[in-house]
Amino acid sequence: MLKNNAFILFITIALICIPLMFNGNAEYGGADGEAEELITELNESYKPWFSSIWEPPSGEIESLLFVLQGAAGAGFIGYFIGYMRGRNRGGNAEIPK
Amino acid sequence: MNISFKKPIYFLALLLLVPKPAFAMHIMEGFLPAEWAVFWWLVTLPFLIIGLKKISNLIKDHSETKLLLGLSGAFAFVLSALKIPSVTGSCSHPTGVGLGTILFGPFVMSVLGSIVLLFQSLLLAHGGLTTLGANAFSMAVAGPFIAYGVFKGAQKIGLTFTFAVFLAASLADLGTYVITSIQLALAFPSEVGGIFASFVKFASVFAITQIPLAIVEGLLSVMVMNFLVKYNVNELKLLQVLNKTQEAK
Repeated sequence: MLKNNAFILFITIALICIPLMFNGNAEYGGADGEAEELITELNESYKPWFSSIWEPPSGEIESLLFVLQGAAGAGFIGYFIGYMRGRNRGGNAEIPK
Repeated sequence: MNISFKKPIYFLALLLLVPKPAFAMHIMEGFLPAEWAVFWWLVTLPFLIIGLKKISNLIKDHSETKLLLGLSGAFAFVLSALKIPSVTGSCSHPTGVGLGTILFGPFVMSVLGSIVLLFQSLLLAHGGLTTLGANAFSMAVAGPFIAYGVFKGAQKIGLTFTFAVFLAASLADLGTYVITSIQLALAFPSEVGGIFASFVKFASVFAITQIPLAIVEGLLSVMVMNFLVKYNVNELKLLQVLNKTQEAK
Protein backbone atom coordinates (compact mmCIF):
# COMPACT_ATOMS: atom_id res chain seq x y z
CA MET A 1 0.00 0.00 0.00
CA LEU A 2 2.80 2.39 0.94
CA LYS A 3 4.51 1.59 -2.32
CA ASN A 4 2.05 3.80 -4.16
CA ASN A 5 3.18 7.40 -4.03
CA ALA A 6 -0.14 8.86 -5.15
CA PHE A 7 -1.80 7.12 -2.22
CA ILE A 8 0.84 8.43 0.20
CA LEU A 9 0.40 11.95 -1.10
CA PHE A 10 -3.34 11.67 -0.54
CA ILE A 11 -2.96 10.62 3.11
CA THR A 12 -0.39 13.37 3.66
CA ILE A 13 -2.69 16.06 2.35
CA ALA A 14 -5.55 14.64 4.39
CA LEU A 15 -3.45 14.70 7.57
CA ILE A 16 -2.62 18.35 6.96
CA CYS A 17 -6.21 19.34 6.15
CA ILE A 18 -7.95 17.51 9.00
CA PRO A 19 -6.92 20.01 11.72
CA LEU A 20 -8.04 22.92 9.55
CA MET A 21 -11.40 21.29 8.86
CA PHE A 22 -12.22 20.30 12.43
CA ASN A 23 -10.59 23.14 14.29
CA GLY A 24 -10.76 26.03 11.88
CA ASN A 25 -10.93 28.72 14.54
CA ALA A 26 -7.68 27.87 16.25
CA GLU A 27 -4.85 30.35 16.03
CA TYR A 28 -2.28 28.12 14.33
CA GLY A 29 0.32 30.49 15.62
CA GLY A 30 4.03 29.99 15.36
CA ALA A 31 5.03 28.19 18.47
CA ASP A 32 8.16 29.92 19.64
CA GLY A 33 6.32 32.47 21.75
CA GLU A 34 4.56 29.72 23.66
CA ALA A 35 7.87 28.15 24.60
CA GLU A 36 9.03 31.46 26.00
CA GLU A 37 5.85 31.68 28.03
CA LEU A 38 6.25 28.28 29.64
CA ILE A 39 9.88 29.00 30.47
CA THR A 40 9.00 32.26 32.19
CA GLU A 41 6.19 30.45 33.96
CA LEU A 42 8.58 27.84 35.30
CA ASN A 43 11.28 30.32 36.21
CA GLU A 44 9.97 33.85 36.61
CA SER A 45 13.34 35.44 37.15
CA TYR A 46 14.85 34.08 33.93
CA LYS A 47 15.94 36.70 31.44
CA PRO A 48 17.23 35.76 27.99
CA TRP A 49 20.91 36.66 28.01
CA PHE A 50 21.45 36.86 24.28
CA SER A 51 19.29 37.95 21.39
CA SER A 52 19.37 37.09 17.71
CA ILE A 53 22.04 39.00 15.84
CA TRP A 54 19.58 39.62 13.02
CA GLU A 55 15.85 39.24 12.77
CA PRO A 56 13.68 39.52 9.67
CA PRO A 57 12.32 43.09 9.84
CA SER A 58 8.73 41.96 9.21
CA GLY A 59 6.50 38.97 8.85
CA GLU A 60 6.56 39.51 5.09
CA ILE A 61 10.35 39.28 4.94
CA GLU A 62 10.29 36.26 7.18
CA SER A 63 7.84 34.47 4.90
CA LEU A 64 10.01 35.46 1.93
CA LEU A 65 12.97 33.72 3.52
CA PHE A 66 10.89 30.68 4.43
CA VAL A 67 9.65 30.40 0.87
CA LEU A 68 13.22 30.73 -0.32
CA GLN A 69 14.25 27.86 1.93
CA GLY A 70 11.43 25.68 0.68
CA ALA A 71 11.91 26.63 -2.94
CA ALA A 72 15.65 26.01 -2.89
CA GLY A 73 15.14 22.55 -1.41
CA ALA A 74 12.20 21.70 -3.65
CA GLY A 75 14.12 22.96 -6.69
CA PHE A 76 16.97 20.59 -5.95
CA ILE A 77 14.60 17.68 -5.36
CA GLY A 78 12.87 18.44 -8.68
CA TYR A 79 16.23 18.56 -10.45
CA PHE A 80 17.21 15.26 -8.84
CA ILE A 81 13.98 13.53 -9.89
CA GLY A 82 14.26 14.80 -13.45
CA TYR A 83 17.91 13.84 -13.70
CA MET A 84 17.35 10.32 -12.41
CA ARG A 85 14.34 9.72 -14.63
CA GLY A 86 16.36 10.88 -17.60
CA ARG A 87 19.31 8.73 -16.63
CA ASN A 88 17.11 5.67 -16.40
CA ARG A 89 15.32 6.20 -19.66
CA GLY A 90 15.83 3.23 -21.93
CA GLY A 91 17.20 0.75 -19.43
CA ASN A 92 19.95 1.67 -17.03
CA ALA A 93 22.17 3.53 -19.46
CA GLU A 94 24.38 6.06 -17.69
CA ILE A 95 24.59 9.56 -19.02
CA PRO A 96 28.24 10.09 -19.98
CA LYS A 97 29.97 12.44 -17.57
CA MET B 1 -17.80 5.81 5.81
CA ASN B 2 -16.62 2.57 7.31
CA ILE B 3 -17.72 2.04 10.91
CA SER B 4 -14.20 1.17 12.04
CA PHE B 5 -13.15 4.72 11.23
CA LYS B 6 -15.57 6.21 13.73
CA LYS B 7 -13.60 5.77 16.93
CA PRO B 8 -10.42 7.43 15.73
CA ILE B 9 -12.47 10.30 14.41
CA TYR B 10 -14.15 10.85 17.77
CA PHE B 11 -10.73 10.70 19.37
CA LEU B 12 -9.39 13.23 16.90
CA ALA B 13 -12.39 15.49 17.44
CA LEU B 14 -11.74 15.35 21.18
CA LEU B 15 -8.12 16.37 20.66
CA LEU B 16 -9.21 19.20 18.43
CA LEU B 17 -11.66 20.61 20.92
CA VAL B 18 -8.98 20.92 23.54
CA PRO B 19 -6.49 23.31 21.97
CA LYS B 20 -3.15 23.45 23.68
CA PRO B 21 -0.14 25.63 23.08
CA ALA B 22 2.59 24.07 21.02
CA PHE B 23 6.27 24.78 20.63
CA ALA B 24 8.56 25.23 17.73
CA MET B 25 11.28 22.71 17.80
CA HIS B 26 13.99 25.27 18.22
CA ILE B 27 14.95 26.61 21.58
CA MET B 28 14.91 30.36 21.17
CA GLU B 29 18.05 32.47 21.21
CA GLY B 30 19.08 33.26 24.77
CA PHE B 31 16.47 30.95 26.28
CA LEU B 32 18.97 28.42 27.54
CA PRO B 33 21.19 29.33 30.49
CA ALA B 34 24.79 29.87 29.39
CA GLU B 35 26.15 26.76 31.07
CA TRP B 36 23.61 24.58 29.30
CA ALA B 37 24.25 26.30 25.98
CA VAL B 38 27.97 25.53 26.32
CA PHE B 39 27.28 21.98 27.49
CA TRP B 40 25.16 21.11 24.45
CA TRP B 41 27.68 22.73 22.11
CA LEU B 42 30.41 20.52 23.57
CA VAL B 43 28.25 17.41 23.29
CA THR B 44 27.36 18.13 19.68
CA LEU B 45 30.77 19.13 18.32
CA PRO B 46 32.34 15.63 18.17
CA PHE B 47 29.42 14.40 16.06
CA LEU B 48 29.91 17.26 13.63
CA ILE B 49 33.66 16.62 13.37
CA ILE B 50 33.18 12.91 12.70
CA GLY B 51 30.36 13.75 10.28
CA LEU B 52 32.50 16.17 8.28
CA LYS B 53 35.24 13.55 8.04
CA LYS B 54 32.72 10.96 6.83
CA ILE B 55 31.36 13.35 4.22
CA SER B 56 34.80 14.13 2.82
CA ASN B 57 35.63 10.40 2.64
CA LEU B 58 32.31 9.69 0.99
CA ILE B 59 32.84 12.31 -1.70
CA LYS B 60 36.37 11.05 -2.29
CA ASP B 61 35.49 7.33 -2.48
CA HIS B 62 31.98 7.41 -3.93
CA SER B 63 31.56 10.67 -5.79
CA GLU B 64 28.54 9.13 -7.55
CA THR B 65 26.58 9.54 -4.31
CA LYS B 66 27.03 13.32 -4.26
CA LEU B 67 23.59 13.94 -5.77
CA LEU B 68 21.99 11.69 -3.14
CA LEU B 69 23.81 13.65 -0.46
CA GLY B 70 22.36 16.83 -1.94
CA LEU B 71 18.94 15.24 -1.95
CA SER B 72 19.21 14.34 1.75
CA GLY B 73 20.11 17.92 2.61
CA ALA B 74 17.42 19.36 0.36
CA PHE B 75 14.80 17.10 1.91
CA ALA B 76 15.63 18.30 5.42
CA PHE B 77 15.72 21.87 4.10
CA VAL B 78 12.23 21.66 2.61
CA LEU B 79 10.62 19.77 5.46
CA SER B 80 11.91 22.11 8.14
CA ALA B 81 10.49 25.05 6.19
CA LEU B 82 6.99 23.55 6.21
CA LYS B 83 5.03 24.82 9.15
CA ILE B 84 2.23 22.33 9.25
CA PRO B 85 -0.97 22.78 11.24
CA SER B 86 -1.52 20.20 13.91
CA VAL B 87 -4.61 18.91 15.70
CA THR B 88 -3.71 21.03 18.72
CA GLY B 89 -4.42 24.22 16.81
CA SER B 90 -0.89 25.41 16.33
CA CYS B 91 1.91 24.82 13.89
CA SER B 92 5.14 22.95 14.06
CA HIS B 93 7.42 21.48 11.44
CA PRO B 94 8.95 18.12 10.55
CA THR B 95 12.72 17.68 10.64
CA GLY B 96 13.47 15.60 7.53
CA VAL B 97 16.57 13.93 8.95
CA GLY B 98 15.33 10.34 8.78
CA LEU B 99 15.72 9.88 5.04
CA GLY B 100 19.34 11.01 4.86
CA THR B 101 20.22 8.94 7.91
CA ILE B 102 18.97 5.76 6.26
CA LEU B 103 21.08 6.58 3.20
CA PHE B 104 24.28 7.86 4.79
CA GLY B 105 24.18 7.06 8.50
CA PRO B 106 23.68 9.33 11.51
CA PHE B 107 27.00 11.22 11.47
CA VAL B 108 26.62 12.57 7.94
CA MET B 109 23.09 13.70 8.73
CA SER B 110 24.34 15.49 11.86
CA VAL B 111 26.25 17.86 9.60
CA LEU B 112 23.41 18.37 7.11
CA GLY B 113 20.84 18.90 9.86
CA SER B 114 23.08 21.43 11.59
CA ILE B 115 23.47 23.39 8.37
CA VAL B 116 19.69 23.65 8.12
CA LEU B 117 19.52 24.87 11.72
CA LEU B 118 22.30 27.38 11.12
CA PHE B 119 20.39 28.82 8.16
CA GLN B 120 17.23 29.12 10.25
CA SER B 121 18.97 30.78 13.17
CA LEU B 122 20.91 33.26 11.05
CA LEU B 123 18.28 34.28 8.51
CA LEU B 124 14.98 33.55 10.21
CA ALA B 125 15.81 34.13 13.88
CA HIS B 126 14.39 30.67 14.56
CA GLY B 127 16.51 29.12 17.22
CA GLY B 128 19.78 30.88 17.80
CA LEU B 129 23.54 30.69 17.81
CA THR B 130 23.87 30.15 21.56
CA THR B 131 21.16 27.49 21.46
CA LEU B 132 22.40 25.98 18.19
CA GLY B 133 24.38 23.33 20.07
CA ALA B 134 21.27 22.18 21.91
CA ASN B 135 19.02 22.40 18.86
CA ALA B 136 21.56 20.56 16.73
CA PHE B 137 21.82 17.87 19.38
CA SER B 138 18.08 17.19 19.38
CA MET B 139 17.42 17.45 15.64
CA ALA B 140 20.76 16.60 14.02
CA VAL B 141 22.31 14.15 16.50
CA ALA B 142 19.56 12.48 18.52
CA GLY B 143 17.08 12.42 15.61
CA PRO B 144 19.45 10.66 13.21
CA PHE B 145 20.66 8.19 15.84
CA ILE B 146 17.06 7.31 16.69
CA ALA B 147 16.31 6.90 12.99
CA TYR B 148 19.36 4.69 12.55
CA GLY B 149 18.55 2.51 15.55
CA VAL B 150 14.89 2.13 14.60
CA PHE B 151 15.72 1.35 10.97
CA LYS B 152 18.26 -1.35 11.86
CA GLY B 153 16.01 -2.75 14.56
CA ALA B 154 12.95 -2.86 12.31
CA GLN B 155 14.90 -4.70 9.65
CA LYS B 156 16.27 -7.15 12.19
CA ILE B 157 12.81 -8.14 13.37
CA GLY B 158 11.79 -8.65 9.76
CA LEU B 159 9.63 -5.63 8.96
CA THR B 160 9.51 -4.68 5.29
CA PHE B 161 11.97 -2.10 3.98
CA THR B 162 9.18 0.41 3.38
CA PHE B 163 7.76 0.09 6.87
CA ALA B 164 11.24 0.31 8.40
CA VAL B 165 11.78 3.61 6.55
CA PHE B 166 8.42 4.91 7.75
CA LEU B 167 9.05 4.01 11.38
CA ALA B 168 12.60 5.34 11.38
CA ALA B 169 11.62 8.73 9.95
CA SER B 170 8.51 9.15 12.14
CA LEU B 171 10.14 8.14 15.39
CA ALA B 172 13.20 10.30 14.71
CA ASP B 173 10.87 13.25 14.22
CA LEU B 174 8.96 12.51 17.42
CA GLY B 175 12.17 11.73 19.31
CA THR B 176 13.66 15.09 18.41
CA TYR B 177 10.85 16.84 20.24
CA VAL B 178 11.13 14.54 23.23
CA ILE B 179 14.82 15.39 23.48
CA THR B 180 14.02 19.11 23.24
CA SER B 181 11.58 18.64 26.13
CA ILE B 182 14.32 16.96 28.16
CA GLN B 183 16.75 19.76 27.37
CA LEU B 184 14.26 22.40 28.46
CA ALA B 185 13.29 20.42 31.56
CA LEU B 186 16.95 20.06 32.60
CA ALA B 187 17.48 23.80 32.28
CA PHE B 188 14.14 24.77 33.81
CA PRO B 189 13.15 22.27 36.48
CA SER B 190 9.76 22.93 37.99
CA GLU B 191 9.75 24.20 41.56
CA VAL B 192 7.25 21.49 42.39
CA GLY B 193 8.32 18.11 41.10
CA GLY B 194 11.64 19.15 39.59
CA ILE B 195 12.98 18.06 36.25
CA PHE B 196 10.46 15.29 35.73
CA ALA B 197 7.44 17.53 36.27
CA SER B 198 8.89 20.04 33.81
CA PHE B 199 9.56 17.30 31.31
CA VAL B 200 5.98 16.08 31.52
CA LYS B 201 4.79 19.65 30.93
CA PHE B 202 6.97 20.21 27.89
CA ALA B 203 6.57 16.71 26.47
CA SER B 204 2.83 16.33 26.85
CA VAL B 205 2.43 19.37 24.66
CA PHE B 206 5.11 18.36 22.18
CA ALA B 207 3.95 14.80 21.73
CA ILE B 208 0.35 15.48 20.75
CA THR B 209 1.27 18.30 18.40
CA GLN B 210 3.99 16.33 16.75
CA ILE B 211 2.30 12.95 16.26
CA PRO B 212 0.49 13.80 13.00
CA LEU B 213 3.57 15.66 11.74
CA ALA B 214 5.74 12.66 12.52
CA ILE B 215 3.38 10.53 10.44
CA VAL B 216 3.57 13.07 7.61
CA GLU B 217 7.35 12.98 7.76
CA GLY B 218 7.35 9.18 7.72
CA LEU B 219 5.08 9.14 4.68
CA LEU B 220 7.08 11.72 2.74
CA SER B 221 10.30 9.83 3.48
CA VAL B 222 8.74 6.64 2.15
CA MET B 223 7.64 8.54 -0.94
CA VAL B 224 11.15 9.69 -1.76
CA MET B 225 12.57 6.28 -0.89
CA ASN B 226 10.09 4.65 -3.28
CA PHE B 227 11.53 6.84 -6.02
CA LEU B 228 15.10 5.97 -5.06
CA VAL B 229 14.37 2.24 -5.02
CA LYS B 230 13.08 2.62 -8.55
CA TYR B 231 15.77 4.85 -10.01
CA ASN B 232 18.83 4.63 -7.77
CA VAL B 233 19.25 0.93 -7.10
CA ASN B 234 22.98 1.05 -7.79
CA GLU B 235 23.64 3.84 -5.33
CA LEU B 236 21.43 2.21 -2.70
CA LYS B 237 23.40 -1.01 -3.02
CA LEU B 238 26.66 0.89 -2.89
CA LEU B 239 25.59 2.54 0.35
CA GLN B 240 24.37 -0.86 1.58
CA VAL B 241 20.85 0.46 2.09
CA LEU B 242 19.45 -2.30 -0.09
CA ASN B 243 20.71 -5.84 -0.29
CA LYS B 244 20.13 -8.35 -3.05
CA THR B 245 16.98 -9.89 -1.61
CA GLN B 246 15.29 -6.54 -1.14
CA GLU B 247 16.12 -5.53 -4.65
CA ALA B 248 14.16 -8.47 -5.98
CA LYS B 249 10.94 -7.34 -4.29
